[in-house]
Amino acid sequence: MTTATPADTATTPAVPASPMAAAGADRRWVWIVVAAAAALPLLRSVVPDIISDYRLFLMSTMMIAAIAVLGLNLLTGFNGQISLGHGAFYAVGAYTAAILMDKLSLPYWTLLPIVAVVCFVVGFLFGLPALRLEGHYLALATFALALAVPQMLKYRWLEDLTGGVQGIVLLKPEAPFGLPLTEDQWLYYYCLIVTVLLFWAAWNLLRGRSGRAMMAIRDHSMAAGTMGIDTARYKTVTFGISAAYTGIAGALSASAIAFVAPDSFGFFLSISLLIGLVVGGVASLPGSIIGGIFTVLVQNSAQALSNFVKNDIGLPYDLSPYSVYGILLLVLMYVMPTGIAGGVVMAWRRLRR
Amino acid sequence: MEQLIQQVASGLANGAIYACVALALVMIFVSTDHINFAQGEMAMFSTYISWQLIQWGLDYWIAFFAAVAISFVAGVLIERIVLRPLHTAPVLSIIVVFIGLLAICNSVAGTVWSYLIKEYPTPFPKEVFGFSGLIGAHQLGVVVVTLLVLSLLFVFFRYTPLGLAMRAAAQNPVSARLAGVRVDWMLALGWGLAAAVGAVAGMMVAHIVYLDPNMMAGILLYAFAGALLGGISSPGGAVLGGFMVGVLENLVAYLGNAIEKGFGVYIIGNGEKLTVALIIVITVLTLKPSGLFGRVVVKRV
Repeated sequence: MTTATPADTATTPAVPASPMAAAGADRRWVWIVVAAAAALPLLRSVVPDIISDYRLFLMSTMMIAAIAVLGLNLLTGFNGQISLGHGAFYAVGAYTAAILMDKLSLPYWTLLPIVAVVCFVVGFLFGLPALRLEGHYLALATFALALAVPQMLKYRWLEDLTGGVQGIVLLKPEAPFGLPLTEDQWLYYYCLIVTVLLFWAAWNLLRGRSGRAMMAIRDHSMAAGTMGIDTARYKTVTFGISAAYTGIAGALSASAIAFVAPDSFGFFLSISLLIGLVVGGVASLPGSIIGGIFTVLVQNSAQALSNFVKNDIGLPYDLSPYSVYGILLLVLMYVMPTGIAGGVVMAWRRLRR
Repeated sequence: MEQLIQQVASGLANGAIYACVALALVMIFVSTDHINFAQGEMAMFSTYISWQLIQWGLDYWIAFFAAVAISFVAGVLIERIVLRPLHTAPVLSIIVVFIGLLAICNSVAGTVWSYLIKEYPTPFPKEVFGFSGLIGAHQLGVVVVTLLVLSLLFVFFRYTPLGLAMRAAAQNPVSARLAGVRVDWMLALGWGLAAAVGAVAGMMVAHIVYLDPNMMAGILLYAFAGALLGGISSPGGAVLGGFMVGVLENLVAYLGNAIEKGFGVYIIGNGEKLTVALIIVITVLTLKPSGLFGRVVVKRV
C-alpha cells in the first residue's frame, strides 16, 4: 500500500521516501520564510492597505488548515492509513477547546496541550479497530465517521456541553502583556508560533527512527514487521499523533472564528482536508502548507469564481467550492499524482537536467 | 404490538432501498475490489434526470426506464474514461477519484437543479389495500420493484452467456481472458449495471425522503452497513444485509422511543440514525470483516 503512483516510484523514488527533500535541503530558506512571516504584520505602517486585519486573519486560517492537513498527511501520507474522516478529530479539538473555554473559562493558551492529549487519546482509540482495516475498508470506516459527526455533536445528552444546534459562541483571544497588537494581529502571531513549533516537531519526528518506521510500515507493513518494528503500536500511535495535530488545528480555529457549531464539521470539512493533502502533495511537509493555503483560497474565492463564471464566461450556474474540489481531485490524480509540491520538484529537476 | 409490526414493515421497505444500493456496491466490489463512494451521488443524479424528464411531460414509467438506460450508459462511460487509466494505481488515488466523482455529482446537481428540496412523484396508487395500513402502497411498491430487479439480475447472471462471462471475469480475470472473455468490457458492463440498479433505488427512495442533492448520504451509509453485514463479496448476502439493516434501523428507533416513554430516559432516536450506521460498520469491519455470508479472503504472502 504505497502512496506514490507506479510511475512516480519508477522515476523519482526520492519524493515520497524523503519528506525533507524539499524542506531540509536548504534550511536557510525555511528560516527566511519564517522570518518574513513574522515581520509581515510590522509592515502594516508602511503598506496599510495590503496588510489589513482581514488578510492577516485569512493567513491565520491558512496556517490552521496547514496544521490540519499536516495531521492528515502524517497518517495517510507517511503511514499509509487512509482517512476520509479527519474532520471528526478537527471537531473534537474545536469542541474540547470551546467547552473548556465556555464552561471552565480556561484561558485560550492553556488549551492546546489539553486538546492535544484529548485528541491523541481519541485518535489512539479509533486507531485500535483501524488496525484490522486496510485501504478501502479503513476509508469506508472513516467515511462513515465523517458523515456521523454532526449528528453525534447534536446528541441530546451532550447538549448542555455542546450547546446543541446553536453551538457555542466564544471570545477572540487578546494580545498578552499589553502588546500593542489588534486581535487579528495577535491571532496571526499565535498561529504562526504554533505552526512553526508543530512543523518543527513533525520534521524531527519524520527524520528520526520513528519516522522511518512509519514510512516502512506504509511501504510494506509485513517487511517492516519482520525487521522488528512493532507495527500495531506504531500505527495506533501515529493515528493518535495525527488526530492530535488535526485537533490542535480545530482548537485554533475555534479561537480564531470564536464560534463552533455542529454543521460546520460535516463531510465537506473532511473533503477539504483530503484535497489539501492531495493538492499539496502526499507525504510532503511543505506540501501540507501549500495544501492548507489552497483550501482556504478556494473557499474564500468561491464567490469571486462564481461571479467570474456567471459574468465573464456567461454560464448561468454557481460554481461552488465543492465542484472546484471535485474537478481538481480528478484532474490532479492524472496530471500531478504527487501534488503541486511533488509536481514542482519534478518539473524543477527536469529543467535543471 | 401493531406499532412494532408497522415499524418492521416500513423497515423492510427502507431495507429494500438499502439492498439495491448495497447490491450496486457489491457488483463493483466483486469485479474490481473497489468500494464506490460515489454510488449514492450517482443514484441521486439519475433520480434528477428522471425528475427532469417527468417535468418535460413524459410518463413516469417512460422517464423511469429512460433514466435507468442513461445511468447504464453513464456508468459504462465512467469506468472506461475515468477509472480505466487508474487500473494499476494505488488505493489512495482510486479513493480520491471516487471522492472527486462524489463532489462533482453533488455540486453539478446542485447548480443545475438547485439545492431546494423537491417533491418526487410515486407511480403507485394512493389508496391503501389489503394490509389495513400496516404498510403504505408506495412502500409495498418499493419492495416489489426491488425484488423484481433482484430476480432479473439473478436470472441474468445465472442463465445468460453474458452473465456467465461477467461472473468469470470477476472471479478469475486471467483465465477468463484466456477463455476469450473481454474482461475490460465486462468490468465496464458491471459499472453500468451498478449505476442502473442504483438509479432504481434513487427513484424509489426519492418519494420518501424528497429529492435534493444530499438525499443519498445517509442511505449510502446504510447501504454500506448492509453490504458489510451481509458480506461485501456476496450479492445475495448484501441484499439480505440491506433488509436486515433497514429493519434494525427502525427497531432501534422504536426501542429508543419505548425506553423514553417507559423510563423517561432518552437514549437513542431518529437523530442518531447515522451514528447507528457508523457503529454497525465499525463493529462488522472489526469483528467479522467478511460479513455473514461473505467469502473469507485468504491472502497469499
